[in-house]
Amino acid sequence: MSAMENADPLSQTHHVDLMLNMGPQHPSTHGVFRMLLRVDGEVVVDAEPHIGYLHRGSEKLAEGEQYHQVVTLFDRMDYISNFNNEWVYCRAVEKLMGIEPPERAEHIRVILGELNRVASHLLFLGTFGLDAGAMTPVMFSFRGRERVQALFEAVSGARMMHNYLHIGGLKEDVPDNFHSLMNGLLSELQADVEECDRLLTFNEVFVARSKNVGAIDLQTALDYGWTGPCIRACGLEYDVRRAEPYSIYPRFDFNIPIARDGDCWDRYFVRVMEMYESLHIIRQALKEMPEGPVMAGARRLIRPPKGDVYVRAENPRGEIGVYLVSDGTDKPYRVKVRPPSFCNLSALRQLVKNAYIADAVVILGSLDIVLGEVDR
Amino acid sequence: MTQRRSKQEQPQDPLAALSEQGRDILSRVALVLEDRALNPGALLDRPQITIDPQDVAQVCRILKNDPKTSFNTLLCIAAVDYKDRIQMVYLLLSTDGERVLAIKTDLPYDNPELPTVSGVWKAADWHEREAHDLFGVRFTGHPDLSPLLLYEGFEGYPGRKEFPFHEYDEY
Repeated sequence: MSAMENADPLSQTHHVDLMLNMGPQHPSTHGVFRMLLRVDGEVVVDAEPHIGYLHRGSEKLAEGEQYHQVVTLFDRMDYISNFNNEWVYCRAVEKLMGIEPPERAEHIRVILGELNRVASHLLFLGTFGLDAGAMTPVMFSFRGRERVQALFEAVSGARMMHNYLHIGGLKEDVPDNFHSLMNGLLSELQADVEECDRLLTFNEVFVARSKNVGAIDLQTALDYGWTGPCIRACGLEYDVRRAEPYSIYPRFDFNIPIARDGDCWDRYFVRVMEMYESLHIIRQALKEMPEGPVMAGARRLIRPPKGDVYVRAENPRGEIGVYLVSDGTDKPYRVKVRPPSFCNLSALRQLVKNAYIADAVVILGSLDIVLGEVDR
Repeated sequence: MTQRRSKQEQPQDPLAALSEQGRDILSRVALVLEDRALNPGALLDRPQITIDPQDVAQVCRILKNDPKTSFNTLLCIAAVDYKDRIQMVYLLLSTDGERVLAIKTDLPYDNPELPTVSGVWKAADWHEREAHDLFGVRFTGHPDLSPLLLYEGFEGYPGRKEFPFHEYDEY
């Protein structure tokens, strides 16, 4: 059912399109994002996204910091999945220097990274429900996310902006009661995810609001550089953890959930299924976690050899890439980040064309953007 | 210690670090692009080619459309300021064969200009606008190079090395 059909009688008469400004201070834009909508009645004729309100010049700032200080800048890019962001940067420097982090550190990284994925998807679940008009799920999903944040605080000392992963391993070992904390968290989290899933996924109103809304075909999505859950919702089984395995992911057994239609509900559903897979990976990693050091040698000054490297990783929002250039000094020469939500967002203009204004909000929510990462 | 060791281990042959798969990608690329000068090399362990800036759009179009390479996604466009030149790095991905290729091209510092690839991949649109904002690279044929990350009327190119960290007027 195309929204344009409803607008047809209007187009016979003389009328002008209305310009509608949405954002940057708007609760449904998930941050400081502004969209200029040209509307014809209730139908969006054209949309012009404006980004850059949160541009802090992180890439430039990184050139003035020493290698280990740059980790904090990566914390502040995708501030919903801090550990995944720290991880990809640390891997870039480690690859350039030829360092292998110890086994224990790799296991803890996987556990924290996957937990962060669950926390990020739970936040998405709640806010996406809000976008579609469901006020209750956000209460449940934030309760689950808060449990994860509490564990992060116990491990790293901070709820967000952890600065816990260091080049070559971790800042310090996890607390002694880590296993009991994790076991408690995992059972609670499994129940939380199941509860949110039951509450929202097949809710009739929710499905009506999100199914067949903002659909995109696979070829167009690839053309826009989509990655992560968004591209998997279009039917492509593509995950960097499987396609170009890094860290210790090849040892774990997990599925890559995909959907077929590439609409808002599919993007939501893929993320829900991913949470179960993440919990499955965490359980395996926790069982195999060895004792031992968490840092590959103690080094005060990090000075990688001259050269450049491109490292990829699967973030909750999609594929993140770091292109790092070293000139042999203790500061990076250039850090370029390929932010997944930047690429996903660039397709917004096409997605919201001919949709209703209310659906534009749902479509934007389904892309799960983090403006800190889009603007850097 | 480790740093010094890894410095010595740097291979002399630029292709020595490539895996079997990386060499396969380079041979496919050479096959598709026939008699162009490619200067194959390695971006650590990834295959890379260095080409003339004016060829970028044409080469990208061939690499995307030819079934032997089929680089259907553009991952990233990175601009690097080397003070005497600006280097553009294109990272291409083919999802059906799991191939990543880096294309590098050097632009003169005083007149960085090259043809756009936004007609090849839509993803290039925003990446190019970003490079235009931060590095002042001009992409001929791009539909709209208005500021994306910066505000209208911002002076200078903050990504470049010559741009100061602190000593400039805040908005």
